[in-house]
Amino acid sequence: MATQNNGVAASVTHTQPLWLLAEITYRCPLHCAFCYNPTDYDKHTQNELSTEQWINVLRDARKLGALQLGISGGEPLLRDDIEEIVVEAKKLGYYSNLITSGVGLTEKRIQAFKEGGLDHIQLSMHDITEEINNFITNTKTFELKKKVAAMIKSHGYPMVLNVVIHRYNIGHIKEILEMAEALGADYVELANTQYYGWSLLNRNQLMPTKEQIDHAEKVTNEFREKVGNKMKVFFVVPDYFSDRPKKCMNGWGEVFMIVTANGDVLPCHSARVLPNIEFPNVRDKGLMWAWQDSPAFNRYRGDSWMKEPCRTCPEKEKDLGGCRCQAFLLSGDAESADPVCSMSPHHHLIEKAIEDAQNPVLQAQPILFRNDKNSKKIISGEVKDLIKDFHATP
Amino acid sequence: MTIENQDIYKIAAHHRFQWEEAQQSHVILFPEGMVKLNGSAGEVLSLVNGKNSVDQIVASLKEKFKDVDGIEKDILSMIQFAFDKAWIEKAN
Repeated sequence: MATQNNGVAASVTHTQPLWLLAEITYRCPLHCAFCYNPTDYDKHTQNELSTEQWINVLRDARKLGALQLGISGGEPLLRDDIEEIVVEAKKLGYYSNLITSGVGLTEKRIQAFKEGGLDHIQLSMHDITEEINNFITNTKTFELKKKVAAMIKSHGYPMVLNVVIHRYNIGHIKEILEMAEALGADYVELANTQYYGWSLLNRNQLMPTKEQIDHAEKVTNEFREKVGNKMKVFFVVPDYFSDRPKKCMNGWGEVFMIVTANGDVLPCHSARVLPNIEFPNVRDKGLMWAWQDSPAFNRYRGDSWMKEPCRTCPEKEKDLGGCRCQAFLLSGDAESADPVCSMSPHHHLIEKAIEDAQNPVLQAQPILFRNDKNSKKIISGEVKDLIKDFHATP
Repeated sequence: MTIENQDIYKIAAHHRFQWEEAQQSHVILFPEGMVKLNGSAGEVLSLVNGKNSVDQIVASLKEKFKDVDGIEKDILSMIQFAFDKAWIEKAN
């Protein structure tokens, strides 16, 4: 499906985005240790797209074929134009989803979302205990989340809970699922932390053991049997403990498109860490060009960019060599096989990461919470020693 | 649960069924997912609207596709499939 032109892969087919994720602001009242947002997000908080620009993004993405809209952040509710955006999304025929921490969701706003045609709300939850909720998010938000969950339910929305799983809450899966059931959740996503952005910096402090993950999966399966069709439970398996990589984003530039707060158009959440790629911005040549013709979106479409061992691997179409960002962050080479793969020459980096996460000295290092102060420190290079093991910008 | 002739179904709560020009197909949208339907599945689900009984859906499609043999079995298994997937729910 792709051809080779002077080393640049050019797509000869027209793929269509199905999902548009609008990372509408990087501002966030929470400071979660596992956040995947870029660690240098502070650079992008001053030049957010306007309401009108977002509405144009929605229109253009819809023309390209996008159907599912995620309104995310940061915390999207920090913007006061979500109501307008929701109305436009409905008009255009999107199935729209507000992805929120719950902070800033009031009766008045949820009513406006309902009337405007927002289809569902995904609420993040962190634990059954106030201590761990407040610790991992570095905020006092435990009681608020329960209130918001009840509000979502009372407005007739499907209740979709997302729980990021890490060392601090993996032992509470059963209790978390019971809490979700008691809150009347329809869908629960247990998302094991993937290590990008802030979570990569905090990997030693967050990663559970293989035994803990196996146990959590067992508990989840038992709960599924008990609860039946009433509640759908997704268990997102962490790729570090697998010997084959994930087919990241279902392929680069295949079905997924992200527009960030400042208008950058990305094929995945963390693509901006990749070196020597200029990502398009909606302010320049627009979304259509970004998706179809930009060198960035065509860079890793198909498989002609692959090196060995991927190039001749019989499984290459299954996972397309895994995640380009993970390959770069860990090995320094974005075109190498995802180190998760046991055939990768860099697989020892994954084994070492798992080992390091069990090292009590490394475990005891302070967590770098996602906040403006820490982001500024990262931009200025003040905490270089913390990121020296990763090929992360800056 | 098995589908009965007199049953009336509708698209399930929190699901949306619509025609997509860009995909040239019907789709079902729901939290965290979507399904692109093939032509015959789209034809069947277009008639699942909280008003038509299963009998009526079968009759209507038999009329529309006179040349297709054994269409009834396919329609019933499609409705059963959609029900098992929780895309549709009982309306009567």
